[in-house]
Amino acid sequence: MTALDGLSFAVDAGMIFGLLGPNGAGKSTTVKILTTLSRADSGAARVAGLDVVRDAERVRRSIGVVGQRPGLDPDATGRENLEMQAEIYGLVGGARRERVEQLLDRLGLADAAGRLAKTYSGGMQRRLDVAIGLVHRPQVLFLDEPTTGLDPEARVELWREIERLAGEEEMTILLTTHYLEEADRLAGRLAIVDHGRVVAEGTPDELKSELRGDTVEVELVESANGDATAALSRVSAISELTVDGRLVRARVPDGAAAIPLVITAFERGGMRVASATVARPSLDDVYLRHAGRSFQQAETGTKEVSA
Amino acid sequence: MTPLRHTWQVALRYIRALLRQPAWVGISLTQPVIWLLLFGALFKRTADIPGFGGDSYIEFLAPGVVVMLALSSAWIGMGFIEDINRGTMDRLLVSPIWRGALNLGSVAQSVLSLVVQSLIVIGLALAVGARFHNGIVGVAVLIGVAALLGAIFASLSNGIAVLTRQRETLIGIITMVTLPLTFLSTALMQQSRLPGWVQWVASLNPVNWAAEAGRSAAGANADWGLIATRAGFLALLLLASAAFATRAFNIYQRST
Repeated sequence: MTALDGLSFAVDAGMIFGLLGPNGAGKSTTVKILTTLSRADSGAARVAGLDVVRDAERVRRSIGVVGQRPGLDPDATGRENLEMQAEIYGLVGGARRERVEQLLDRLGLADAAGRLAKTYSGGMQRRLDVAIGLVHRPQVLFLDEPTTGLDPEARVELWREIERLAGEEEMTILLTTHYLEEADRLAGRLAIVDHGRVVAEGTPDELKSELRGDTVEVELVESANGDATAALSRVSAISELTVDGRLVRARVPDGAAAIPLVITAFERGGMRVASATVARPSLDDVYLRHAGRSFQQAETGTKEVSA
Repeated sequence: MTPLRHTWQVALRYIRALLRQPAWVGISLTQPVIWLLLFGALFKRTADIPGFGGDSYIEFLAPGVVVMLALSSAWIGMGFIEDINRGTMDRLLVSPIWRGALNLGSVAQSVLSLVVQSLIVIGLALAVGARFHNGIVGVAVLIGVAALLGAIFASLSNGIAVLTRQRETLIGIITMVTLPLTFLSTALMQQSRLPGWVQWVASLNPVNWAAEAGRSAAGANADWGLIATRAGFLALLLLASAAFATRAFNIYQRST
């Protein structure tokens, strides 16, 4: 099986770089190779200037990893988890104590530090995972789907945390995510990955402004696949029209001006409109444009095969 | 220094987890205690068989049960599988931790609990009338060879765990291997009373090496030459199995 197919990107030091793609796009495989966990059959990768195969040992010293699955030890307390990690990197004595307490404090775990990690809530466990990844002040931090499985509140909280840490600790962060919103908010620059390849790369704003105009989204009362396309053929300046059951999406240069025309066109065609919205271009639109299918479709399409 | 510190950190982690569930001492002692008391009573008359060689069966059995205790170290790989499934192992593998420490730390924990259990079994054996003829030294040697055997089985178990990553596979292999190795040894029966082919297999069986050396160390006429050679074999096998467990991570990384 080919998980990666000529995937290539470069990240500048000190920034948050996002790898955005649906499940099964090859993000996790990429992270495993970059963090020395698995070896690529071919190709080369350098992290912090070091070759991940030849210099694996030094790469491991320079990176911190917050994996998709929790890496913490549930049968140890939060503090013990951090202490062990510190010892592994040679951080001992007073320096260790200071760093451990600092991280517990910074990630809001000071009160729970003496409790076994298995008693933590999902959000707390995730924060402990982040703290474990940070103990040795890594040059490069890998955040592999850091908020997957968290409730929306905990997710936003962790985003804030990541933003703050990125500023304070002066690290390069490689973030993989399948949440458009997460990539949009956190990544200074991002690469959209699909089927093991990078299909688009740039800052979120660059990517979005490539798509001139707005998205018009119309929900019909009844689904009308072919009819909808026919009805809208009379409206000028419409592009990238997709019809999915009752949901019709299209790109137009000026959303506000297009809405009345679109609604009139549907009514003339005998289709009743339930709702109509205009949106500025989103990363979803960027994805649709480059991958040829909506992000949602890509996600559901690969759900069965992703691990 | 670093390898030692890393090994200690891994051992500390497992020891701490163990101490947090004190029930383990009781549970893991059930089997050897049953062996000691039940087999001791069941086969009491065995010692009367001509040629068995003098003393009571319980005195013969006690070192054998200590050696059998060491076989329970074969289950240690279950902890590795749990670590792999949870993601804890991956977190350690992306760190610069010395690869050997992962196995040796786990082995250290298993040896430590083996020593505690052995002392309890030996105390119980003394209470029911067994004697250890060479005092503290004999008991220390007995526990020492049992520890070597336990460390071998723990390493093999960890290596297999890393390669298979399957709970069921590991359970299958452990059950398939440990029981025959126990009965194809002198842990429960005098060598001269074993069938010829079993004697031949036993001479290649590490469980038997430990049983022979341990029993000799506890017995009236300790054969220090035999003890030294058997302990040497066990030490060599331990080196090989520890190397196997450490190398297993290379294969794990290639197939992750």
